[in-house]
Amino acid sequence: MTPDAHIPAGPLDEKWTTYKNNAKLVSPANKRKFDIIIVGSGLAGASAASTLAEQGYNVKCFCYQDSPRRAHSIAAQGGINAAKNYQNDGDSAYRLFYDTIKGGDFRAREANVHRLAEVSNHIIDQCVAQGVPFAREYGGLLDNRSFGGAQVSRTFYARGQTGQQLLLGAYAGLSHQIAKGAVKMYPKTEMLDLVLIDGHAKGIVVRDLTTGEISSHAGDAVLLCSGGYGNVFYLSTNARGCNVTATFRAYKRGAFFANPCFTQIHPTCIPVSGDYQSKLTLMSESLRNDGRIWAPKRKEDCGKDPSQIPDDARDYFLERKYPSYGNLAPRDISSRSAKEVCDEGRGVGPGGLGVYLDFSDAIKRLGRKTIEERYGNLFEMYQNITGENAYERPMRIYPAVHYTMGGLWVDYNLMSNIPGLHVLGEANFSDHGANRLGASALMQGLADGYFVIPYTLGNYMTSQFGKKVDPKHPAFAKTIEETKARVQKLLDIKGNRTVDSFHRELGLIMWDYCGMARSEEGLNLAIDKIQKLRTEFWKNLKILGTPDGINMELERAGRVADFLEFGELMCRDALMRNESCGGHFRTEYQTPEGEALRNDDEYAFVAAWEYQGENQLPTLNKEPLVYEKVKLATRSYK
Amino acid sequence: MKFHLKVWRQKDANAPGTLENYEADNIPADASFLEMLDIVNAGLTGKNIEPIQFDSDCREGICGSCSLTINGVPHGPGRGTTCQVYMRKFKDGDTITIEPFRAEAFPVQRDLVVNRSAFDRVIQAGGYISERCGSAPDANSVPISKVIADEAMDAAACIGCGACAAACPNGSAMLFVSAKVTHLGLLPQGKPENGRRVLGMVRQMDEEGFGNCSNYYACEAVCPASVPAAFIGRMNREFTAASVKEIVGMNV
Ligand SMILES: Cc1cc2nc3c(=O)[nH]c(=O)nc-3n(C[C@H](O)[C@H](O)[C@H](O)COP(=O)(O)OP(=O)(O)OC[C@H]3O[C@@H](n4cnc5c(N)ncnc54)[C@H](O)[C@@H]3O)c2cc1C
Ligand code: SF4
Ligand code: FES
Repeated sequence: MTPDAHIPAGPLDEKWTTYKNNAKLVSPANKRKFDIIIVGSGLAGASAASTLAEQGYNVKCFCYQDSPRRAHSIAAQGGINAAKNYQNDGDSAYRLFYDTIKGGDFRAREANVHRLAEVSNHIIDQCVAQGVPFAREYGGLLDNRSFGGAQVSRTFYARGQTGQQLLLGAYAGLSHQIAKGAVKMYPKTEMLDLVLIDGHAKGIVVRDLTTGEISSHAGDAVLLCSGGYGNVFYLSTNARGCNVTATFRAYKRGAFFANPCFTQIHPTCIPVSGDYQSKLTLMSESLRNDGRIWAPKRKEDCGKDPSQIPDDARDYFLERKYPSYGNLAPRDISSRSAKEVCDEGRGVGPGGLGVYLDFSDAIKRLGRKTIEERYGNLFEMYQNITGENAYERPMRIYPAVHYTMGGLWVDYNLMSNIPGLHVLGEANFSDHGANRLGASALMQGLADGYFVIPYTLGNYMTSQFGKKVDPKHPAFAKTIEETKARVQKLLDIKGNRTVDSFHRELGLIMWDYCGMARSEEGLNLAIDKIQKLRTEFWKNLKILGTPDGINMELERAGRVADFLEFGELMCRDALMRNESCGGHFRTEYQTPEGEALRNDDEYAFVAAWEYQGENQLPTLNKEPLVYEKVKLATRSYK
Repeated sequence: MKFHLKVWRQKDANAPGTLENYEADNIPADASFLEMLDIVNAGLTGKNIEPIQFDSDCREGICGSCSLTINGVPHGPGRGTTCQVYMRKFKDGDTITIEPFRAEAFPVQRDLVVNRSAFDRVIQAGGYISERCGSAPDANSVPISKVIADEAMDAAACIGCGACAAACPNGSAMLFVSAKVTHLGLLPQGKPENGRRVLGMVRQMDEEGFGNCSNYYACEAVCPASVPAAFIGRMNREFTAASVKEIVGMNV
């Protein structure tokens, strides 16, 4: 089956305008009759919840943290892109569109990406109106910085806390709507299943993480804004609670999961220091504006103090390999280059898994004060974690899992193949292809919530007049029972291993075989290992306590159970895709220089996986990627 | 490293709590405080003792979830959040007391988990700018001096953790509230609602059971976002001005 993306007809740069002009409208009086369920309060969820409530819908919003303000978006550091061209450096919506498509290695859908670039400017306007304190120049105008994969300066930022400020802006809007009674907020409430009635998404089953109570909520449409699944690798830059449960449960109810193997490994993170570690910390990509990445040319120098290694004994490998982008080469390329250097035995720090990010030239050029102003909090964070002072000694960095481009399949309306089920933000697959450019996730989350779904939701809602579901419909009770049974089953295993030990083991399998380099042999091995680990999990997991009340190990066990199935799906996707593109690097498919070798003839499609039942292989649906405007080209950053 | 822990255990919101003794053995110096607790929890599970429950999410000092009082100090030693405390800050063999954040408005729910929803309600009482999505003018149409934007950012940096209220002998949330009042109040976009905002938020703060400020400045000392206590004075002035307007019957 070929999923239909419902892309509007007409020239690429007119599609969105035409769509909006012809979109079906729901009158304010009718909006009040509709209940919209939103899972997630990150940038995507909070912006959608506040905007839809403003428009008149009744919104129920859910998150697993104790406050919507703590969603993982809060952690984004570097910035948000927009094609404002305030720097007068030749930027335009078209360029932002093109950079995003090219950055994604030609595996994203043109129409969605173009729309994203078109609405990007409104996001900045909206955020400033909300009081987001973006960085400014002395003249009072907004400042910009550069990010990887672009030759213009289009990134807006608020110190090293852009995500925090954008989320607090959206949270303020959400709080306003909560105060008005237009949104009912359910913090510390985790979605554990999706309820379908006559094939439509009409509700969810949740567990109250404080009381343990499992209940259902009925709605006229469901929006999943539940973020990415990077924690399938256990160690990642994601928050501890990030999970695949919401989207994976929807997958098991029939929603297609698209391109699950497209994950992003971020080049600049603090290296792993031991097996007790619970997460990895990102050092914002913005550091690459002023920092130079290098490794010793000779293995023998790796143990030396970096200050003892003269310039001509250093290999500034990104500048050498990609002279026109240099240290600002896209993430997938930069990460892979660091891995290669370390694989050659030229890595530094514990285990030889690290390269230097050096600010000494920038400090000489701009003065320590400027560097402090730009990155002070990041340097502090680095010192706190590693005990080293990066003003005096180059930072050590290594790639770490950071973002997931894959997600539930959606059409142009952001609706999945399940009618009524919409997916926004990192949880969907739509805009970043096989690799995401820096500062584009915040843009996408807010675009989806503020400027896309408020227009596209009407398309579905107008088909739902008079079709309100009865919250007493047996489908709700049935799904609640299934969920309760699953939770109880986890408690009843009464084995010997902690949930974290399973998660850690799964993470290592994923990192070794489905991380920065993948091969047919490795992926087959990984699938086998995951299946065995999953079997052991269901025999040997140990969770103490009861399902009632706060039980965080139980929460994690549910998430890890889903990761254990999902990891296999990722490997299957990676195995199916016999090409290298973006963050998906299959060692069998590379150019003589070691660059990714795409196969456009056979793989220019979105892989939309369809669940077929317990212990059945999923089936593959292909949405062909048709490029109207862009000519497929080999990505070059040389 | 090795530590003797005294940890607050409490079954649920209504049960009484006690300090229990646990040993933390073989803790790497580079482990974070929460990772130390993860290791202890794995050990407890092995001994069939229910693991210690505590909140955390980002584990990098920005989400404001983590909320432990370590040796009597909210977030423990240093300037950052609980999750940014590293074990190398302690001496081998130290005894460490771990309790939840304590404030009247933050009831304990279990072990080290507290309910901080009062903060959300304070924000709902005015901590926003009323604007409608899609109606904003061009972002550069209102220049804002860098000095003002930077100061607004200093205030906006608050992570909503609640350490200020937990550190205050009166359980006051003035630092938290003043941070939001200052952030929005400094910006031209926020000014039209300054009076309403400060009245709404301060009244809600009182209603939630947060105490008054009597200038101990314990809040400033523990704030991981370095929000300065000077913002409290600024808020008080705004509050007085708005109250006076209200008393004489002017629109606020
Ligand atoms: C350290 C870091 C730095 C980053 N920096 C940048 C940057 O500078 N620029 C950029 O563009 N991008 C950046 N990103 C990426 C970006 O932050 C995320 O992709 C984006 O914020 C995701 O937003 P979201 O709204 O889709 O999801 P999230 O913010 O992850 O929100 C998910 C929401 O869903 C809820 N949820 C999840 N599962 C459930 C469930 N089962 N039940 C109930 N609720 C659930 C959560 O509680 C949360 O509210 C960064 C990411 C990281 C990790
Ligand atoms: S003012 Fe400081 S201590 Fe208080 S909530 Fe904000 S960040 Fe936490
Ligand atoms: S866990 Fe997020 S601030 Fe500590």
